[in-house]
Amino acid sequence: MSSAFNYHRAASVDDALAVLGQHEDAALLAGGHSLIPSLKLRLAAPGTLVDIGHLDELNYIRQQGGGVAIGAATTHHDVATSTVVAGQAPLLAQAAAVIGDPQVRNMGTIGGSLAHADPAADYPAAVLASGAHIVARGPGGERVIEAGDFFVDLFLTGLQPGEIITEVRVPAQPPGSGACYAKFPHPASRFAVVGCAAVVAANAGVCTDVRVAFTGVANAAFRDAGVEGALGGQPLTGAGIDAASAVAAQGVEVLSDAFAGADYRRHLATVFAGRALRSAARL
Amino acid sequence: MSVSINVTVNGRGYQEEVEPRLLLADFLRDVLGLTGTHVGCDTSGCGACTIIVDGKAVKSCTLLAVQADGADLTTIEGLASNGALHPLQEGFHEEHGLQCGFCTPGMIMAAWQLLERNPNPSDAEIRHALEGNFCRCTGYENIVKSVRAAAGSAA
Amino acid sequence: MAKYIGQAVKRVEDRRFITGKGRYTDDIKLPGMTYAAIVRSPHAHATINAIDTSRALAADGVVTAFVGQDLADAGVGGLPCGWQVDFKNGDTMKEPPHPVLAVGKVRHVGDPVVIVIAETRDQAQDAAELVEVDYGILPAAVDTVASAGEGAPLVHDDVPRNVPFDWGLGDADAAAAALDSAAHVTTLEITNQRLVANAIEPRCAIGDYDSARDHYTLYTSSQNPHVIRLLMTAFVLGLPEHKVRVVSPDVGGGFGSKIFHYAEEVLAIWCSRQIERPVKWTAQRSESFISDAQGRDHVTKAELGLDADGNFTGLRVTTHANVGAYLSTFSTCVPTYLYGTLLQGLYTTPAIYVDVTAVFTNTVPVDALRGAGRPEATYLLERLVDTAAHELGLDPGELRRRNFIPPFDGVEQPGYQTQVALQYDSGNYAGVLDKALEMVGYDDFREEQAAARAEGRYLGIGFSTYIEACGIAPSAVVGSLGARAGLFESAVVRVQPTGKVSVFVGSHSHGQGHETTFSQVVADQLGIPIEDVDIIHGDTDQVPFGMGTYGSRSLAVGGSAIVRSLDKVKEKGAKIAAHLLEASEDDLEYAGGKWTVRGTDKSIGFGDVALTAYVPHNYPEGLEPGLDFTSFYDPANFTFPFGAHLCIVEVCADTGKVTLKRFVAVDDVGNVINPQIVEGQVHGGVCHGIGQALLEGAIYDGDGQLVNGSYMDYAMPRADDLPALELGRTVTPCPHNPLGAKGAGEAGTIGATPAVVNAAVDALWHVGVRDLPMPLTPQTVWQAIQQAGS
Repeated sequence: MSSAFNYHRAASVDDALAVLGQHEDAALLAGGHSLIPSLKLRLAAPGTLVDIGHLDELNYIRQQGGGVAIGAATTHHDVATSTVVAGQAPLLAQAAAVIGDPQVRNMGTIGGSLAHADPAADYPAAVLASGAHIVARGPGGERVIEAGDFFVDLFLTGLQPGEIITEVRVPAQPPGSGACYAKFPHPASRFAVVGCAAVVAANAGVCTDVRVAFTGVANAAFRDAGVEGALGGQPLTGAGIDAASAVAAQGVEVLSDAFAGADYRRHLATVFAGRALRSAARL
Repeated sequence: MSVSINVTVNGRGYQEEVEPRLLLADFLRDVLGLTGTHVGCDTSGCGACTIIVDGKAVKSCTLLAVQADGADLTTIEGLASNGALHPLQEGFHEEHGLQCGFCTPGMIMAAWQLLERNPNPSDAEIRHALEGNFCRCTGYENIVKSVRAAAGSAA
Repeated sequence: MAKYIGQAVKRVEDRRFITGKGRYTDDIKLPGMTYAAIVRSPHAHATINAIDTSRALAADGVVTAFVGQDLADAGVGGLPCGWQVDFKNGDTMKEPPHPVLAVGKVRHVGDPVVIVIAETRDQAQDAAELVEVDYGILPAAVDTVASAGEGAPLVHDDVPRNVPFDWGLGDADAAAAALDSAAHVTTLEITNQRLVANAIEPRCAIGDYDSARDHYTLYTSSQNPHVIRLLMTAFVLGLPEHKVRVVSPDVGGGFGSKIFHYAEEVLAIWCSRQIERPVKWTAQRSESFISDAQGRDHVTKAELGLDADGNFTGLRVTTHANVGAYLSTFSTCVPTYLYGTLLQGLYTTPAIYVDVTAVFTNTVPVDALRGAGRPEATYLLERLVDTAAHELGLDPGELRRRNFIPPFDGVEQPGYQTQVALQYDSGNYAGVLDKALEMVGYDDFREEQAAARAEGRYLGIGFSTYIEACGIAPSAVVGSLGARAGLFESAVVRVQPTGKVSVFVGSHSHGQGHETTFSQVVADQLGIPIEDVDIIHGDTDQVPFGMGTYGSRSLAVGGSAIVRSLDKVKEKGAKIAAHLLEASEDDLEYAGGKWTVRGTDKSIGFGDVALTAYVPHNYPEGLEPGLDFTSFYDPANFTFPFGAHLCIVEVCADTGKVTLKRFVAVDDVGNVINPQIVEGQVHGGVCHGIGQALLEGAIYDGDGQLVNGSYMDYAMPRADDLPALELGRTVTPCPHNPLGAKGAGEAGTIGATPAVVNAAVDALWHVGVRDLPMPLTPQTVWQAIQQAGS
């Protein structure tokens, strides 16, 4: 189906980095659920695949500080069903649970999904709203990338050539906060037409912290400063959420396709912002 | 460049030399002659190729055979034991959960995963768990009944 | 005495499928087999200026490659159309060539241009990528209506306005007069969108030429192997038919798309002859999207006239039917004889006229898809009726009841002669509606709907009362209408010496459960255990002839052929039994698997008679040995299943998403042999119909590119898109075939689609929505709500 390529089963992350360094046309293979479909349709033709999907050093979920650290090769299923993630990083658990279908969740990995940066993938919104960091290792060593700096454009991330995502770190969420990932799936692909991740914290009925991020809406997932600004510091009420949601995706160049044109997609962003925020605020 | 892989399929060990680009589904069908696993699409959408790899239902059209090196695989051919049909196979037969039969192996394997994780699913949970599998014949109605019947008989 | 008929006998074919032992075409591997990849046009409309296969031929593992001119030089003909529909003015149908590989010009994205054959599938695909084709891109005709207008690019240079034929049926003057004098006219502009069949098994063909015997075998994922053999040998390749065997093994769904004769079948056989090795081609799904014939694609204006009492007085329908780039095998009869003839519906409308213009476009050819013409007819009729009810403030059930054809059984009361050529066989149309309304709890629903509206929620119920013509078809009738084939069916009943029975049927089973249903008929008619019956199909070397499986015809026509042969078996068996029992044939009765001399305990079993037929030591004088009969059954009429479908939906005001809450289907398919199989057929059909209403639709852009040609883009129903289906049944036997069966394969599809759309419109009528285009995607519905509110 695909063009021919060489295969290297990496013995370690360091080994994978070395092979990546040697072959300019090498590509990383983790779960393969973004890469293999494009290989089959001959949309991608790497010379060498470096398989890191089986590496134990990339497959873990650990409590870390008040938050959680997730190895890059952890599958969506493992993230979705982890009690640690559910407790410490509920947005990631919720997003992971609605990716693709059960078989896809059994194979697809968090690192693979983030590195692919599909504009309609579920994780990016959750990672952004969680205030997570993406840990990457490359020829120059390890660095930690803020989620806000990671999603650059359509299928384009802040990763440098030769870098491998090794971990996603989700910090402790604000005390008493709630979170919700609300998604409108495409009926064929099950990708997000619009996905909204929201974290809300309140004190004495006033919104003390709010983070809202969208996927599916634009070329890259993004935090919506307009919604956040409209709700932060305001009374956390249904009316307040509706008013804040109404400004969702303003000033953003909204994607448009046969299933959802830009106007409709922008409208969906307001609807799903409202749903995510209401649920996060337990209203 | 061929790569040597070792896999266990339905309890039997195989060592084969494969091209890296060979998909696991094609390995099963063309190399091992296990044609019960079907391929219905090229975008990981239809689920007809679903098999069990190390206890997990996966779409074998979206794995390279080399990725399965060292793995334990179960395909539809390996589901019955000692001639006795698996409760899911019985369920699909009793409840008319198949018509043309093409999606059936993948559907049964996806349902196997569901029951392994949730032995007593509701109808809604069954429908949700089968969202990665297309059937064009049955309207899913009797597939849901089949899985429910299998869950009941296994309980 | 029915032991099996009417029972939910578990399917005998299941075991191979649930254990992974089914044998589909792509499962077949022959010694020395080669693999083909096809280079297809990436453009909707272009000249082929040059083709360079040299790099492909030099690639690893490549055996050979052929272009269209190679086939033309060898005298390979084009793919034929099986039904001639001439213009209204008598001019002959325009039937431009449909080459197996394009010559000079490509006419749709996916049009095959080059075939590359290699030792492995990957090598064939690698090499196909190296073929260079120099195209001269031309403007494309894409839009169904605009392509028949002035100035549209011509798909075929010698077909003016891209119209291969036009067609009319009914009384145009009477319909016009009725509409002119009607108290109320309901008008709808309807697009019945293009669908992709998407059988989950991609098409596959293997050609195997045996030079030792100068004999060809084609394995193909086809719904009708005999017709493929006939068309391929007689019209395309000019091969001696008796030297060609066509086998359709297990086939993974068809839904119409595997009826037709395809280029790849010809290529597999012809190429195998050239290289004297087997050649296999298997479609990738992305290839299926641009090479399997697609369905529907009508643009219609429909007008229904009513008098002041709500009686239908006239119907006028004007349709443009997109046939794609070439005339596929049955493309011409679908938007005509399978469409216009169904516009009577269940109603007594006295004046009907339908006018159809077929249109070539630079898109994939369009042909039959589950229902084939009948869904298009039913959709517009049932949308008209529900719309008229809304416009007149009448209950949609009441409006239907006023206009239903009264019950008739086709025996005591004659069949019903429609205004559009058909004569319905039997029906009780109010019966199915009453039952469906009772099942759904209609009055309660209307209260629930009113309460929901008060809360700002949009609930709606949609009606659909449909009829379809199945059991296709009386050969003389269809022959007079332009069919280039008969539409009978054949069956051989071969009683083996031990009394076991092999039945060879022309109907092909690809999910319909023939091996079970037919076995039930045979076992009951002969009074033998069902385990003693074997059904063989799908092989032209085994089965005398078959017209195939489509149009819900297998039981009504194929099953009737079996009954004919069984009658002959019993007739001859009685002669042998009478001889052995030393009694008169007239004194014998056959029951429970034995012949008994009436009023005595003298009897002889079926097995003993069978053995005697093959060991004729003590045997009637002058009677031939053997117990083996062939019958061909040509039906006296179509059969006319009917039903009432009711759908309840909720429309989300925020997103426009339509959610199915309930679906009630009451179908009357005549006598039922296996209720579980019939229910399965209805489930699948309803799901298909729901898919058209809510999810499915091929989208071509202005350049003729299929925008949603993959499962990532083309939406189809999944398990969690559907509610549990609630089925009911009434039984009005077909009066003219021996089983009283009408057919069940398409009923669900035909009935379901308008029920869903009517429900969504009902949910939104009060906010001002009057019509919704299919599929009812959330965006479509949301926009309609916005527009209605503004």
